[in-house]
Amino acid sequence: MNSRKKSFSKRLLYVILVLYAVTTLVPFLWALSSSFKTLEEIISGTMNFIPKNFTLANYQQIFVEQDLFPRWLLNSLIIAVIGTLLNIIFNSMAGYALARLAFPGKKALFIIILAVLMIPAQVTMIPNYLILKELGWLNSYQGMIVPAMVNATFIFMMRQFFINFPKELEEAAQLDGLSRLGIFFKVVLPLAKPALAAQAIFVFMGFWNDFMRPLIVMTDTEMYTLPLGLNTFKGQYVSYWNYIMAASMVFTLPVLLLYAFFNRYFIKGISFTGGK
Amino acid sequence: MNKRSSKKKLRDAGQGYLFMSPTLFVLALFIIGPILYAIFLSFNKVQLLGGTSFEFVAFENFSRIMEDNRALIALKNTAKYVLIVVPCQTALALILAATLNAGLKGEKFFRIVYFLPTLTSSAVLTLIFMWMYNKEGLINNLLEMIGLPGYNFLGDPDIALNAIMLMNIWATAPFFMVIYLAALQDIPDSLYEAAELDGANALQKFFYVTVPFLRPVTSFVVIMGLIGTFQLFDQSYIFSGGSGGPNNSTLTVVLLIYQYAFKSLGTMGYAAALAFALAIIILAATLIQRKFSKEESLY
Repeated sequence: MNSRKKSFSKRLLYVILVLYAVTTLVPFLWALSSSFKTLEEIISGTMNFIPKNFTLANYQQIFVEQDLFPRWLLNSLIIAVIGTLLNIIFNSMAGYALARLAFPGKKALFIIILAVLMIPAQVTMIPNYLILKELGWLNSYQGMIVPAMVNATFIFMMRQFFINFPKELEEAAQLDGLSRLGIFFKVVLPLAKPALAAQAIFVFMGFWNDFMRPLIVMTDTEMYTLPLGLNTFKGQYVSYWNYIMAASMVFTLPVLLLYAFFNRYFIKGISFTGGK
Repeated sequence: MNKRSSKKKLRDAGQGYLFMSPTLFVLALFIIGPILYAIFLSFNKVQLLGGTSFEFVAFENFSRIMEDNRALIALKNTAKYVLIVVPCQTALALILAATLNAGLKGEKFFRIVYFLPTLTSSAVLTLIFMWMYNKEGLINNLLEMIGLPGYNFLGDPDIALNAIMLMNIWATAPFFMVIYLAALQDIPDSLYEAAELDGANALQKFFYVTVPFLRPVTSFVVIMGLIGTFQLFDQSYIFSGGSGGPNNSTLTVVLLIYQYAFKSLGTMGYAAALAFALAIIILAATLIQRKFSKEESLY
């Protein structure tokens, strides 16, 4: 009796799991299949997930029709890669200082960094625009990178990490005559790799997927990042959903690859932001 | 001896500031400076013709909010969005996490699949959903197949915001699911065993053991949800081509701030005032939520 009941509830759970997996996958599969369809098939409004006339033309065409597409890809890559590298170094340096070094005003600074987490970006977005304008940094990579080259959440995360970091290694390196900076870059950072990986993924995704900041900073179409480019592209090719979906897939692929390789760090990073 | 230790102190302080210098730079120039600047802006009328000129108007920008019909519409839309999306995405996240945690085979596969929307950018997700929401798109076709009437998801002012809500519940729930999953590992088996001895079934265990135990996590998830949903922008912008249409039905507070700051002339100071109003609303909502969850835990 009991075991039959158990197998029933087990089946029910599987039904829920599978149904939701389908709900999650359908939009992606539909987008993927649309990106391989011809325009005629798109317009005809059929519901088949397997294209009748499988074609790669959409992928070629988006690079031909919109010659800025490679440029947008490059802009996104430059901003995301440099921004992520700077974040990793600077957040770790700040986290290390807050965890290990003694300097006046440390406590106040830590509280300020925590407080910054609470302030919505909309408050600083308008003055930041005016400041970037004054600096002549609108439509530039540094205008996107520099204001976001440190991140309060990950400074906090690195501080927690370094507080639990064994001191003995640094003391040994100190006896070998290494300076603080030398110790940090040669001894501490290489041992912090898992924390750095979790941080890198989320910072990269933040830059890569950001829509609002580039919308404000980049007004010159040549300096657009991919999300902005996609939005413009949609405006130009309103009913060419085969193109729009192909462009969307090109944009999504890098993050999916990142996820495939660093899957376990994702979970770690989220459970950290989850207050652990 | 004393001299040497004060020298060491000085060197330590120098190193501390050296390590903090990039953070201090950004903090001063792009966060604290701008906050002060935003306060200044919100009390001024700002003109951006060639140079930037300011005219002090005291509280005019703030009092204007109450008379601005579009601000009230944006606030109403945003409030509706928050009140529906936050409970739905929290409940969905909890249900998914509990189901995944039941120890079934293939858990890892489902977890990877569920996580996909979290990885995808808001721009791509919005475009995919606009394609599915299309008049002759997948969703209307499906509705027709099971004999239900279709909708003009993108063009009908009564539907458009709901369409965005549905999309965002789907897109955000998996992120919170992972937070719940981590917390579920901490529930001691003995609690479930005790409930089983008392004759509790699976559903009762979920409501009387799992849900109460996760209350602090739920509180966190709700606060994160509140902060995120109040700031809805990307989806509304892409959905409506930046206008907040049809008929202001997808106009959110942040979209309105963006329009006043960057799309119309002379209203940048007003936009800054609106941004402060939003920050205060978010803070108030967070505090109210905290108070509620504390009172609940007394019982």
